[in-house]
Order: sequence, then structure tokens, then C-alpha cells
Amino acid sequence: MAEKVLMKGNEALAEAAIMAGCKYYFGYPITPQTEVAAYMAKRMPKIGGTFLQAESEVAAINMVLGVAACGKRVMTSSSSPGISLKSEGISYLAGCELPALIVNVQRGGPGLGGIQPSQSDYFQALKGGGHGDYKLIVLAPASIQEMVDLTFKGFDLADKYRMPAMLLADGTMGQMMEPVSLELGEVKEYDKPWATTGRDTHEGRNVVNSLSLSPAQLEEWNLNRYERYKIVERDEVMYEEFMMEDADICIVAFGIAARIAKNAIMNARKRGIKVGMLRPITLYPFPKEALKKAASKVKSFLSVELNMGQMVDDVKLAINCSKPVYFYGRTGGVLMTPDEVVGKLEEIEKGDAKEW
Amino acid sequence: MFDKRVTVFMGHYGSGKTFVAVNYAVELAKRKKNVSIYDLDIVNPYFRTVDANKTLEKYGVELVVSPFAETNVDIPAMNAKSYKMVDDKLRYAVADIGGDDRGALALGRFSDKIKEENNYDALFVLNPFRPETRTIEGALEIKEEIERTGKLPFTGIVNNANLGKETTSLDVVKGLEFAKKFSTITGLPIKFTAVRRDIIDEKIQEIKQILPIDPIKYGDWL
Repeated sequence: MAEKVLMKGNEALAEAAIMAGCKYYFGYPITPQTEVAAYMAKRMPKIGGTFLQAESEVAAINMVLGVAACGKRVMTSSSSPGISLKSEGISYLAGCELPALIVNVQRGGPGLGGIQPSQSDYFQALKGGGHGDYKLIVLAPASIQEMVDLTFKGFDLADKYRMPAMLLADGTMGQMMEPVSLELGEVKEYDKPWATTGRDTHEGRNVVNSLSLSPAQLEEWNLNRYERYKIVERDEVMYEEFMMEDADICIVAFGIAARIAKNAIMNARKRGIKVGMLRPITLYPFPKEALKKAASKVKSFLSVELNMGQMVDDVKLAINCSKPVYFYGRTGGVLMTPDEVVGKLEEIEKGDAKEW
Repeated sequence: MFDKRVTVFMGHYGSGKTFVAVNYAVELAKRKKNVSIYDLDIVNPYFRTVDANKTLEKYGVELVVSPFAETNVDIPAMNAKSYKMVDDKLRYAVADIGGDDRGALALGRFSDKIKEENNYDALFVLNPFRPETRTIEGALEIKEEIERTGKLPFTGIVNNANLGKETTSLDVVKGLEFAKKFSTITGLPIKFTAVRRDIIDEKIQEIKQILPIDPIKYGDWL
């Protein structure tokens, strides 16, 4: 009845995937992302798509690989421990140069951990997870509207660069509700001459594979892929700057932590602390240039994360350690309050804080 | 409103049952003694009545909830005291049931006793800004699924039209129009309109039965 609808993060991203032309979903339930599967189970049959609850996460990711090899848009979703199980398949997707969307609604870890929100899979998403030389496009939503927009974007980028993309959300983003607009524009179609859709009129066979019998050939595949990564790093960086015009301290935070930091910034400014934020929206590609530029203006950086400090090293590298970098984080499924962040900012202002 | 011993809130998940149930229990407690709220959500471990425990305590509402709600123990558990809802006839009972038919499963075991006593309202919480209950057909489908599983026929509708923080009084009025259509088709009366206290204006005041809602505060990040 209205333009906007009220949606939970998990169902919003599921609907966005369908609108992006994804007709295949394979998954296995795990809190806090189970609503994605529940939503897909209800919607996919209605649009002539396929929902399949696999026997395990490992099976689900390999089904994703199969559909991706056929050139169709496909996704899977899970939460932290489930992503660990999918990691082998993610590496195979990368090795096969296949586009797909993987959603991680993060919870506390390591191990079975807990079911409350966390951002402690940054390393897993950005620094490997699976084996081999590869990157994932990693998108970090900080609102339900971004859950929608970045899911849509994720499918597009995956197709455009023939690589898997990951939506790195967390338990709060999956579970909370906000009004969203589902007007997402046209789905861009990409030619997929490599898809295994039958011989048809082309010559030779299409083979989708990550196995190479020659080291030199495997090296060449990797080098070619890394040439593509360079283009991704040049063209696809997304970030948001918040109150950076006159900032002395630059908070770097993504997802839910950035939301908390925004409130902290408002409170800190009332107490006279000039603080702003640079929020990476793409974690890969990481907004290195923007951070470098910020480093020429601000006195210090504060990385705010729901983990023990996983992004903070990337901040230091991006600015070449040219300014002091501090860290504040909570872990295990505990959310920080804006006041805790303000406390850290005050410590930095007074010169009492220890650098990372 | 406030006249039945047992009031059960059910509906589509995310329709706002917990907000409505908590605020209803508080308003009921302002009028009657001995009010308990039963959290029978076996579907979702997040955003539960227990988040409102301080408010409930302040108004003397007894909270009966699984000790595992909002913890890392993700199991569909109910508090053993939940049987008081049907056995302790000296207390008013407000029940917050989990979403959809999956949630209504938890109510099934109490339904025969509730019907037998016949002093209850089973209310369908309706938010037409939720995608799956945006159409009358969608809302009907969910209503019927819940009744089949919960084994308790609805006796009324709650208009809970909202877009979260962005809700305007016009949205609530539009929602009421939708609820009226749904009422005509189902034959169920609209028992009341739930509306966030801070957006109540002249338009809202024209609506006969209003339950003002004070949102449960979850965190500064919402």
C-alpha cells in the first residue's frame, strides 16, 4: 500500500536478492540468519525459483558453485560458524572465477561462540578464510536500506568481475527492522560466454574448474585474476564521510559499529571533541586513498570494531602509520555503548590512550 | 479493551506483537490488579518482552519468560510457569506469541483450556506496511495459518500500522482503512489501534479505541 515497507534485515536482503534476479538459494539454518532461508522457502516457489535446504553448509556452497557455473545468479547465507564450513567452497568459487553472493550475518566466535552480534569475521572475509590467492568483494551494510542496496550491488559486482562477493552483516543488521524502499532500478545483464549451458553454437567445450595441471598455468590464472582485482580496487571503493570537515580525530568503523560511533560522535561534539568518521562501505576494496587523504588533515584515528582489533592494522597500513591509531572494541556478542566510545575519545584527547 | 481475563496477541512476525503486548499489559495493570505477561515466543531469541522488564516491574506486571531469552541459548523453550496463564484464574493474562504459524505452535497446548473458560480475546496484530501482509489475501493467509496451528480462533484485530521510526499519523489512519477492509472480510471487529505516543495528533484522536505505545528501548544504535 505504501512506497516503503517495514522489513527485517534478513528478509530485506532476501527480497533484494530476488529483485536482483537471483532464482537459486541454497542454505542451512543458523541463528541469526535463519529468516533468510525462511523467506526464500516461502518466496522462491512463487517466482519459479529454487529453494533448497542442503544437508550441510558444505553441500550448500557446492550447489552454489554448480549454479554459478551455469551462469545463473545464486546465493547462500549463513552465520559465522557456517561460513567457516563454506570456506572451502568459497575458495573453489574464487578459483573457478565464478560470481555468487555469500551472506554472513555474523555472530560471536570463535568456535560455536554465541548468537549475539559480532564483527569478528573480518579476518575470515578479508584475509583468506579459504585457501589460495584470492579476494572477495566484501560489502558492509550499516542500515536495512543498505542491506537491500548492497545485496543488489553485490550481485552486480560479482557478475561484472567474475568473482564471489560477500555481504558482511551482523546479528543486529539481520534482526532489526527499518523502513526500506525496494525500488532498485534495472538489473544489468552480463554476457557469460564461459557458462556451462551446453555446446550450442560455440566451438569447444566450456570447462569450469579450479584445478591446473601446470604450475605455470596456475600462476597465470592467478596473475590474471589479480589484474582484475586492481581494477576493482581502482573503481569500486565505497565509503561514507561523516562530520569530517573539521575533525581532529577520525573514527573508522563499519556496519553496526559505525552506527554506534555516529551517536558517539554527536555526544562527543557536544563536549567539544572534534571527531568525524570515515565508514568503509566496501571492506574490499578498502578505502585506502580516502584514509590517506584524511591522514593529512586529522591528528589521529580510532578504529571502532566489534572484535579484538581486526581492521585496525588495515587502517595503519592505509595511512602508512603517519598518525597515531587507537582501537576500541567489544567482543563475544557484546555491543559497545556510544558513551564507551566517547570515553575512549576523551582518553585520546587527554593523551592518556595507548596506541594500537 | 481490558475486559477479558486472557488476551492473546498473535500475528505475522515483525508485526509488532511484543510492543503491543507489553504496552497493553502496562495499561491493563493501571486498571486492574494481578496482571501477568507470558512470553511464549519459541521462534526468535531476540527483541523479547524481557527487554521491557524494568517498565513491567514498575507497573507491577509479572513477567513469565524463558530464562534463555536474549542469551546465547538458542532453544525453543517456555517457562514452566506458563501454565498459570490458564490455571490461575485470579490473574489477568496477556500472552505474546511468536510470529506466524510457527510461533502459534506454542499456544496450541493452552487453547482448549482457554476456549473452555471462554473469557478471552485472541487478537490478530496487523501491520499493512509489512510486505507479506500488504494485501488482504496475504493477511488472510497468515491469519488462517496461525488459527490452524494455534487452535484458537481470532476474536478481533489490532491495527498496528507502522513504519518504525518513520511512522506518521497518516500511516496509522491509512492502516485503519486497511484494517476495516480486513474486518469486513473476516467478520472480526477492530479492537483497537496501537499508535506510538509521540505521534498522536487530532487525526489519531478521532479513532475510537487507541492504545498508546511507548517503544521498548533496545539500544542507542537503533
